Amino acid sequence: MLRFILRRTLQIIPTLLVVVLIIFVIFSVVPGSFISSLMSEGRNATNADVMAHLNQQFGLDKPLLVRLGDYLWGLAQFDLGISYRTREPVWNVIEPRLWPSIKLALAAMFFAAIIGIPLGFIAALKPGSMIDSGTMMLAISGLSLPEFWFGLLLMYVFALQLGWLPSFGYQADSIRHIILPAIALGVSPMALLARTTRAGVLDVMNADFVRTARAKGLSEPRLVRGHVARNVLVLVLTTLGLQVGSLMGQAIVIEKLFSWPGIGSLLVDSVAARDIPVVQGAVIVIVLWFLVINMLVDVAYAAIDPRIKVT
Amino acid sequence: MSKTVPASILSVRDLRIGIGNQSDLLHGVSFDILPGETYGLVGESGSGKSITGLSVLGLLKRPLQVTGGSILFREQDVLKLNKRERRRLRGDRMAMVFQEPMTALNPLATVGRQIAEMFVVHRGLSWAQARLKAVEALETVHVPAPDERARSYPHQLSGGMRQRVMIAIALACRPDLLIADEPTTALDVTVQAEVLKLIAELCQREGTAVLLVSHDLGVIANMCRRVGVMDRGRLVEEQDTRALFETPLHPYTRGLLAARPRLGSRTISERGRLTELDELVADTQRGRDAPTLVTPRGMLAEAGR
Repeated sequence: MLRFILRRTLQIIPTLLVVVLIIFVIFSVVPGSFISSLMSEGRNATNADVMAHLNQQFGLDKPLLVRLGDYLWGLAQFDLGISYRTREPVWNVIEPRLWPSIKLALAAMFFAAIIGIPLGFIAALKPGSMIDSGTMMLAISGLSLPEFWFGLLLMYVFALQLGWLPSFGYQADSIRHIILPAIALGVSPMALLARTTRAGVLDVMNADFVRTARAKGLSEPRLVRGHVARNVLVLVLTTLGLQVGSLMGQAIVIEKLFSWPGIGSLLVDSVAARDIPVVQGAVIVIVLWFLVINMLVDVAYAAIDPRIKVT
Repeated sequence: MSKTVPASILSVRDLRIGIGNQSDLLHGVSFDILPGETYGLVGESGSGKSITGLSVLGLLKRPLQVTGGSILFREQDVLKLNKRERRRLRGDRMAMVFQEPMTALNPLATVGRQIAEMFVVHRGLSWAQARLKAVEALETVHVPAPDERARSYPHQLSGGMRQRVMIAIALACRPDLLIADEPTTALDVTVQAEVLKLIAELCQREGTAVLLVSHDLGVIANMCRRVGVMDRGRLVEEQDTRALFETPLHPYTRGLLAARPRLGSRTISERGRLTELDELVADTQRGRDAPTLVTPRGMLAEAGR
């Protein structure tokens, strides 16, 4: 098990290299730089000397390859560089955003799982029934709703009209603040989970070993609990893992909408300002989150399914 | 003939199975199984022998359903029982062994637990007690190191071992009737004989009646005293096994016997492929009652002699 985790950790390195490379290439071809974005903020007085000075100060006058090399060298020492905007180390910019982001992703996933998985189960146990078609219609709507619109709707109903919950903002120890953004973010993974669970249950219910369980004279509840649920969980776990992993990146719109101080909104602001070190740092954090979650999913597989051995 | 006929453990009467209300898969099948008897149902795939077995347990999958007839188990029509009563019979009084031991066991539970479940559900034992009984059951089916094997998962066992586990599950509660649906078809030839021997041995010891469903006439010949031949949803012939092999009455049975691949036999034609049944039996003769068919009742009197 330890060897597996170690190996997977090492595998993160090449993935990160590719990610950094892609970011570097993208920002070298898109028009505009941090300096030009400064000018767009109305500081037209910037003259050529100042620009050259700034360029030199940020190392932007060096060739792309040299900058890439410098960055990777820093990364190897866990140094994400210095933010252009705040002149702080990038880690100091990212760190306070990390926990809110993780919290939002986990809360959204929690919501998605406790609603989506039971819905899928209920739908599958009575295929073709009203409950089934109703649930699946709900699921398709959930998948196709634009999340910012759904977020606005939640805000309008629960914050403005009913006044039950705060409409936006973040407070470190407030559960009330996280409910609306978590639901808005979780509705699409919820729909996806409901569909995956339904398909999984139908699949497993047709398996030979379920017929065996019936031949053994088990009651339906015992059959579902003892023979179906775990087998479905193996199938659902994949979707669950991929969703939790990508939720941090997907949260950009929701974070903006609810003024949630997460990695996503930091990423948007930094792209607008061409604060490339922060962009890189944020992307690396999102990628790392994804990889770590997937590693955990693989470990969980091994715990549930005796046929899978992690070595 | 003066002796009284023993009551059958299973008496299938005019059983019809279909989709919706049309009985287009099984057109009125009747046969009897006596206590402790091993009865064979033989026929090619699609002849309706498997769904006959499944319907006795009440395991037909929708949209398949029994559309007519009766299934008397210990002189009680199981088709008239409610779901709960029927479930109580399953596994306890009547059990089933399936064809595919690879997929018929839950991959995520130890075999010990899957056997123990029988004692928990039908005997009300605690899991700890049931586990001990499960180890005993594994010993009964001649699984070596049963204590250790009980902790194994299905994927850690060979096909033959898994089928032994299936048999241990099926016979755990000492049922009156075992339905074995192609129990050896998925196994190696060498293992086949062992598993058949095991079924015969255990059922004989416990006096369990067996409904053996197979396409393999060799298996049927080895195991059964009486055999019913099914074709296209009808029981076209029923005979003592020996008589069936010596003087098959129905043209389909003759075709079935002739179609068995044997070394040096003519049934493997010069084109090098197995002869199709269709080439051996005229289509007009398929799925029809033979004029000389011995009635199940008559057979029963015969068997009870």
